[in-house]
Amino acid sequence: MAPMQASSPTSTASETSLKVAVWRGRTDGAFSHYEVPRQASQTVLDVITFIQRRLEPSLGYRYACRVGMCGSCAMTVNGKARWTCRTHVAKVVDAHGAIEVAPLANLPVIKDLVTDMTVFFDKWAAAKGQFKGATTRNDDFAQVAPASPAREAANAGIECIGCAVCYASCDVVGWQPDYLGPAALNRAWTLVNDVRDVQQRERLRAVAGDAGCHSCHTQGSCTEHCPKHLTPTLSIAGLKRVVGKAAIRGQL
Amino acid sequence: MTNASIAQAKRWYWQRISAMVLALCVLVHLAVMIYAVRGGLSAAEILGRTQGSWAFGAFYAVFVVACAVHVPVGLANIAREWWGVGARPALWGARLFGLILLLTGLRAVWAVVVPGGVAA
Repeated sequence: MAPMQASSPTSTASETSLKVAVWRGRTDGAFSHYEVPRQASQTVLDVITFIQRRLEPSLGYRYACRVGMCGSCAMTVNGKARWTCRTHVAKVVDAHGAIEVAPLANLPVIKDLVTDMTVFFDKWAAAKGQFKGATTRNDDFAQVAPASPAREAANAGIECIGCAVCYASCDVVGWQPDYLGPAALNRAWTLVNDVRDVQQRERLRAVAGDAGCHSCHTQGSCTEHCPKHLTPTLSIAGLKRVVGKAAIRGQL
Repeated sequence: MTNASIAQAKRWYWQRISAMVLALCVLVHLAVMIYAVRGGLSAAEILGRTQGSWAFGAFYAVFVVACAVHVPVGLANIAREWWGVGARPALWGARLFGLILLLTGLRAVWAVVVPGGVAA
């Protein structure tokens, strides 16, 4: 099969090269500008890799699998959080043949395009994102009907790979730094629907209140930008219902 | 987790419940308003219908109470998230605003329902 031509109506201004603005520095920093050869089927990660290998050896960025499985190459491309490995240049390049790449928002910058994701993962733990069962290896397997509502609710959110695109896209995280964020709450919702888990009450307490699910304004940026097409907004709405009812009934 | 987050969860719940009441009240209010103003409407005509009407009084009293429950929760969130006000001052400031809404709202209901309550 012939390779896809990496051209689009918006890239006609420059068919042979790209003007790429890349963030350099930490929170204080500035964009540096590079000229990168345009290629067929070129991804934004290809562009960053070219810059690091040929033009700017000190450029810091993070990636691993290159095929949309690991979630480590997420960056802000033209103002939106994306996986750079799954973002074709043709889809994001502007009419002047330019793209802008910055680190993920809402996270501290370690260097250039690399963010410190400690807070992001700490919040998963704070939202009781760990499974805790009551059985041992000597017990029989738990039987969970695949079509049961709880199993289907868990399935809907289970494919999250922790890339932090949702977290970087969430306005509430920007306003309230202690807000747990869509990924942690989505994880909590999958476990709320796990009938084998035994720390349900602790989890509902962990995700209650203004640092938890009740701060979500249902703007849907997380759902809009999730590369896995998950719906953290729906998961958070589920948490709100369950936690709200438990609080009113004095079960928290 | 703290009692604070349980209280926050309860406030969210009350905000949603009051929103449901408000949605109904606003619809009824608009429908009555559109129906009532056909062919023009004067203050005297309004008072002629509302004075002595406990149905009008009860409906708008519920409306006011729902507002007083609903508004402070959202206002405190806005103050915290957009204006950078601390959680406690935001909550108490919003509660004070809710109290003002409650008192002025109920006074207005009293004025139009009780004959001679307040001069039109």
